[in-house]
Amino acid sequence: MLTSLAQAVYLVAALLFVLSLAGLSTQETARRGNLAGMAGMGLALLATVLLAADVSERPVPVTLLLIAMALAIGAVVGTWRARHVEMTQMPEMIAILHSFVGLAAVLVGYNSFLTGEPDAVHLVEVFLGVLIGAVTFTGSVVAYLKLSGRIRSAPLALPGRNLLNLAALVVCAGLLAWFLAAPSVLPLALMTVVALALGWHLVAAIGGGDMPVVVSMLNSYSGWAAAAAGFMLGNDLLIVVGALVGSSGAILSYLMCRAMNRSFVSVILGGYGTEGGTTPAAGAGEQGEHRETTAAEVAEMLRTARSVVITPGYGMAVAKAQYPVAELTSRLRAQGVDVRFAVHPVAGRLPGHMNVLLAEAKVPYDIVLEMDEIDDDLAATDVVLVIGANDTVNPAALDDPSSPIAGMPVLEVWKAKQVVVFKRSMATGYAGVQNPLFFGENTVMLFGDAKDQVERILAAVPVG
Amino acid sequence: MRIGVPREHRPGERLVAATPRTVGALRDLGYDVVVERGAGEGATFGDDAYAAAGARVADAREVWAADVVTAVHAPREQDLEAMRPGGTLVAMMQPYQDPGVADRLASRGLTGLALDAVPRISRAQALDVLSTLSNVAGYRAVIEAAEAYGGMFAGQVTAAGKTPPARVFVIGAGVAGLAAVGTAVSLGAEVRAFDVRPEAAEQIESMGARVVRADGAAQEVSADGYARELTADQERLTAAMYAEQTAWADVVVTTALVRGRAPRTVTAQMVAAMRPGSVVVDLAASGGGNCELTVPGERVVTPGGVVVLGWTDLPSRMPQHTSQLFGTNVVHLMALLTPGRDGVPVLDLEDPVQRGLTVAHDGAVLWPPPPVAVSAPAPAPAAAPVGTPEQAAARAAAVASDARRRSQRRSVLYALGAVLATLALTLAPASFVGHATVFALAVVVGYYVISHVSHALHTPLMATTNAISGIILVGALLQIGDDSWVVTGLAFVAATVAAINIFGGFLVANRMITMFRKEA
Repeated sequence: MLTSLAQAVYLVAALLFVLSLAGLSTQETARRGNLAGMAGMGLALLATVLLAADVSERPVPVTLLLIAMALAIGAVVGTWRARHVEMTQMPEMIAILHSFVGLAAVLVGYNSFLTGEPDAVHLVEVFLGVLIGAVTFTGSVVAYLKLSGRIRSAPLALPGRNLLNLAALVVCAGLLAWFLAAPSVLPLALMTVVALALGWHLVAAIGGGDMPVVVSMLNSYSGWAAAAAGFMLGNDLLIVVGALVGSSGAILSYLMCRAMNRSFVSVILGGYGTEGGTTPAAGAGEQGEHRETTAAEVAEMLRTARSVVITPGYGMAVAKAQYPVAELTSRLRAQGVDVRFAVHPVAGRLPGHMNVLLAEAKVPYDIVLEMDEIDDDLAATDVVLVIGANDTVNPAALDDPSSPIAGMPVLEVWKAKQVVVFKRSMATGYAGVQNPLFFGENTVMLFGDAKDQVERILAAVPVG
Repeated sequence: MRIGVPREHRPGERLVAATPRTVGALRDLGYDVVVERGAGEGATFGDDAYAAAGARVADAREVWAADVVTAVHAPREQDLEAMRPGGTLVAMMQPYQDPGVADRLASRGLTGLALDAVPRISRAQALDVLSTLSNVAGYRAVIEAAEAYGGMFAGQVTAAGKTPPARVFVIGAGVAGLAAVGTAVSLGAEVRAFDVRPEAAEQIESMGARVVRADGAAQEVSADGYARELTADQERLTAAMYAEQTAWADVVVTTALVRGRAPRTVTAQMVAAMRPGSVVVDLAASGGGNCELTVPGERVVTPGGVVVLGWTDLPSRMPQHTSQLFGTNVVHLMALLTPGRDGVPVLDLEDPVQRGLTVAHDGAVLWPPPPVAVSAPAPAPAAAPVGTPEQAAARAAAVASDARRRSQRRSVLYALGAVLATLALTLAPASFVGHATVFALAVVVGYYVISHVSHALHTPLMATTNAISGIILVGALLQIGDDSWVVTGLAFVAATVAAINIFGGFLVANRMITMFRKEA
């Protein structure tokens, strides 16, 4: 009776989760979607607590107390993190949350082995669940460390990397055979160690600019880990949710890869310029002379412009320049200048990262446009401000077939009448490719910290 | 060092080589600036304004004795006499038409920098006064035409009937031609334009005019950025086209000026074929005119009622902006000459830009300069490897059959996968099949639901999916009540981290979502 009720509630919860993700498709419905997700989670937890009390082999109050403690700790820590995280730190926050799912999947897998019957199908489910969970766990931890700058984000290049990964998988397959033949904790533990090392190495080998793909890939893995747990526990809710999350992460990864014109495999197996060991020839040396400008001149340009497009990149997030940029936007708009934002799909370190930063700074989302929406308008734009973006506005991607980023769709900002590039120095971007945009006839460079420079421009643009 | 800004000597000249704003920029480079009394009068810049910008206002003698003198036009002999030996003169000198200017400067030990000899390379664009003046002249030419033309440029539909837009034909799409095209388009006219350089077509279209073509008369891309003169055959074909287009037009603007020489493009016969009241503006009047009837500096009305304007002072008719732009070109040149920003000019003859505009230095005649490797507009990409139509068709067919093969191979693989999966499921226990069904359907649902999420919401989406994947908590909770303390302990840890995930994920997603706001 209670089990049936729980199943029914789980079904409702699963539907609420689907509604939740559907709601996130537009800004207007996003809030409702998130509430639906919370409601689904609340219902599922309620049913589970009842069920847990029912199946408890220990005195019920003890079980309930333990559950209450776990939830209380989770609520306190989770709420505290969610309140205090800065929007620029969102990538690391998401990454560390993924690692929690991975860890939970590993632990649940062990428990399931310790308590369940050792039939072959169940053993395979446990094995896979722990494997995916362990890879997700260490992978996310490395991603967290890289994104928060605690370890260098440059790709780790061990000799024969791909062979190492392959070897790890082969060893796991061997351990699976052992585990099936003689079910014990030992092969499971050995596999866990190997999987933890594999997860670590997989992400360590990927550089900073590919992080949007890595984070969404880990999102996907955490989903599959939950689904695997669902299989081993025979719980349909876990399976449904895991599959939803897994496919969501996979689609995001696919979108990111398409935005870089690279295959998923090549992203996962290593960063730019590391394949074949040759650094791109196009990256060597300067390609001409650039012209420098001052904040006052840029302010003058903006005041006389009719339309302005701002293309932000990771550099804006690093400099935390989104607030002065938003202020500049609102002042220019108050003076009748048409200001819009052009966001490249892989700008930042997380899918949609720039949108969140701009939203945080109170830039209305209807002037923040995607690449496809704005590409046709760039030619009619008076001034383009490139703030902390580099590879996503590199014309070499279109003109130079030998460039490592050849074929990557880019924002064609050079078509505008005037381009101003905010940059720390003339160094190359993540892909290590020189950017011919900087030497264009209609390009001027504004060197220095993006935030300081935008503030200096603000000082020269009157309020109202 | 000191920069002198003299009053222009040509009668009627209203331009000046520095404005109060550019004086400020020159002072930023470390120079003292001396401006002749009344130098900016014609351009409505008073002596007070110069003084307020930090310049000293002085008489002619002191100005010409400065270390660097910057003027619009080449000075008279007596002014050169007043210059100090070793001084530098920055002005337009027309060294192409008058190479003797180099001797006159060299013999006095002066350094001469000809602003009108700036090489046409991208880097030097900021100092190119010819572009500046042409741009202004092109704009003004249309304004003059509009004044002389007896109608409105924009077509109108009113209760009193409708008027057609003026038809404007622009010959030559250099800087001046393009400026004329842009101005005429913005006034609402129907504009056509022609240029012998094939690469100009795109620029004409970008300004909003229609490109007129003359079959067979297309020129190769020129090496130095200027158009060349035409061959006899090309001449005949273009002449036929000019005749046709001028007869169509209400306003003709001619801008063909090759190195100070004006080729004849519009004959008296063509003007005679134009409608009465039509206007020809000849921007090449200073070089003799593109139109046969042009009288430089004069307004001529033909017996057929066509107005031919041969003004040679179009830039000076807008002295404020022209002086400002010209002055800024001078500032850019001085910035190039003053790398230290310390008010001491250093001439680097290794630099192709500086070498190109130097006509005399240290008593030596340096005109003409060696030819510059020019970055004129790149030739249109060598028409792609097209090959014959048959080859192209064969290639297309090969690509298509390749794609077909690939898609067939994919279908086979999918079918194989489906068969294997079916076999595996047949052998698996019944409960597993049920779960697998749920799993497969959920993946598909997830795919379609997520595909519709807008890019801007990807970060909140990840936070939410993250929270949802904390559903693994359900598994952990059910294990907490186990009678083994090991299992309970592991389950407790799992439940705790999963709970952090759920709370953290939902709350942070909520925080982000509430930040997205539409414009009030």
